[in-house]
Amino acid sequence: MSALAASGVELTRGARRVLAGVSASFAPGSFTAVIGPNGAGKSTLMAVLAGLLKPDAGRVTLDGETLTRLTPKALARARAYLPQSPRAEWPISVERLVALGLTPQLPFFGDVAPDEAAKVHAALEACDLMALKGQAATTLSGGELARAMLARAIVGDPPLLLVDEPTAGLDPRHALDAMARLKARADAGRTVIAAVHDLGLALGHASRVVALRAGRVLADVAAGDVDAGLLKALYDVDARIVRDDAGVSVRYF
Amino acid sequence: MNGRILNFALFAVLLAGALASLLAGRVWLPPNDVVEGLLSPNATLAGLIVGELRLPRLILAVCVGASLGLSGAVLQGLLRNPLAEAGLLGISTGAALGAVVAIYYGLTASFALATPLLGLLGGFIAAALAFALSRSGGTLALILAGAAVSSVAAAGLALALNLAPNPYAAFEITTWLLGSLADRTWDHVWLGVPFMAVGCGLLFLTAPSLDALSIGEAQAESLGVNLKRVRLMALAGTAMAVGAATAVTGAVGFIGLVAPHLVRPFVGYRPGRVLLPSALLGAVMLLAADIGTRLMSYNTEIKLGVITSIIGAPFFLWLVLSMRKRAP
Repeated sequence: MSALAASGVELTRGARRVLAGVSASFAPGSFTAVIGPNGAGKSTLMAVLAGLLKPDAGRVTLDGETLTRLTPKALARARAYLPQSPRAEWPISVERLVALGLTPQLPFFGDVAPDEAAKVHAALEACDLMALKGQAATTLSGGELARAMLARAIVGDPPLLLVDEPTAGLDPRHALDAMARLKARADAGRTVIAAVHDLGLALGHASRVVALRAGRVLADVAAGDVDAGLLKALYDVDARIVRDDAGVSVRYF
Repeated sequence: MNGRILNFALFAVLLAGALASLLAGRVWLPPNDVVEGLLSPNATLAGLIVGELRLPRLILAVCVGASLGLSGAVLQGLLRNPLAEAGLLGISTGAALGAVVAIYYGLTASFALATPLLGLLGGFIAAALAFALSRSGGTLALILAGAAVSSVAAAGLALALNLAPNPYAAFEITTWLLGSLADRTWDHVWLGVPFMAVGCGLLFLTAPSLDALSIGEAQAESLGVNLKRVRLMALAGTAMAVGAATAVTGAVGFIGLVAPHLVRPFVGYRPGRVLLPSALLGAVMLLAADIGTRLMSYNTEIKLGVITSIIGAPFFLWLVLSMRKRAP
């Protein structure tokens, strides 16, 4: 159980009102894509939903408990958060990097226990990283690093997963893999929220779409109900959405 | 595994160095004289030299070196900056200024421990200032605040030298700034070591957070790391450990900078695992430098800080060049 709900969330940064009253709820087993133009407040909303930014007004609750009242450790066990374009600061091995996702579960000192090593192994395998596990994280390509970071986020099997731009920099196969992996987590009963720019991927995999524009929720609909009218209102472009057996594709003109 | 072997090897070298430091000096002591002198109830020459001069010096060398190496490793991990060390945050300069103030006003004449006490105070004030100035900002704010505090303290040092009441005071300040372990007594040990021990304890507690910080602040925070608390622990620990170290020995450079870089490859670059070997290596380096000051007996004693800089600076240059080759 991991129901996340935001109500009336407002946040001002400098003189700019980044979030102007955002309300949305995210049920267990749902995969929500947060879409919107650049500067709409997607990343800020993700950080607020993750409990890393404190909203100026409104609140975010996880299973009825206000996020900011949870201890950092309890929150870390309940949710994983992956920011946009994360970076490795030291040349630690990929295996080590993925194991860092288990930090909230680890004892203060001491090494990774055998069952935790198994979790790391499973995450490496799931993200197609077995060949790279000994490599220094700073020498990975952008796409490889994104996969390693995603493995880091899911290694602890968090009930709530928030990912900011999980497919940025990934080639088509790995982008599809990443989205399929997020969807599989939702199908297994976890709550998954991802800010996604690629609308084809978002509409093809997510169950719900929250469209954000200028810090407000423009639409909160099932992914199947997103139409050209919404995209026009959201991005100011004419678009055609084609849904067929191969998935969803979006063309702009 | 590699890290464990490294720790063991460093510990063994440290023990050997400690033994050597008891025997080496202007008077060379055979080992059996040392044992006999320390155990016999009557005062022997060897017993006096070891018990009153070399033992406190050895303890201080080990603690000061460990403090410098450890704080360098913690600050590099916290700030994710390979140039970080206590000097970057103004803590050692602040401690030096405090000690120099004590020398300048001649407080040492009335109270022998005035220098280290004011040094400690200076280190604390510098750390508190750096922390207060960077409270609302992040890592970069802390580095900039530290640099500012460091410059202010350095300006204070220059002023003290400029205004020194007589050439002798100026000379005393300069030689003190060069760093030395000569003529340190048990009083210095009792004053400095408790602070260094508590400081090092605080610094060691940051290890898991430093590991998490290797994937950036946002992810570390999402993993439950309380960044503010880690920063406070690192700064307070450094203020106590390096503040006390600088207060007792004067400014000793490069150990905090170089030791973490040397051991990092052996522990898979994990910032939390760098701490223990850095502390051990720092102790080994300072002990070796101190033995060096005793062996190079010219008319004037070569100061501790001079040896670490003369060896440390070119070594650091080599390190920078070789790191650039490894990671283009």
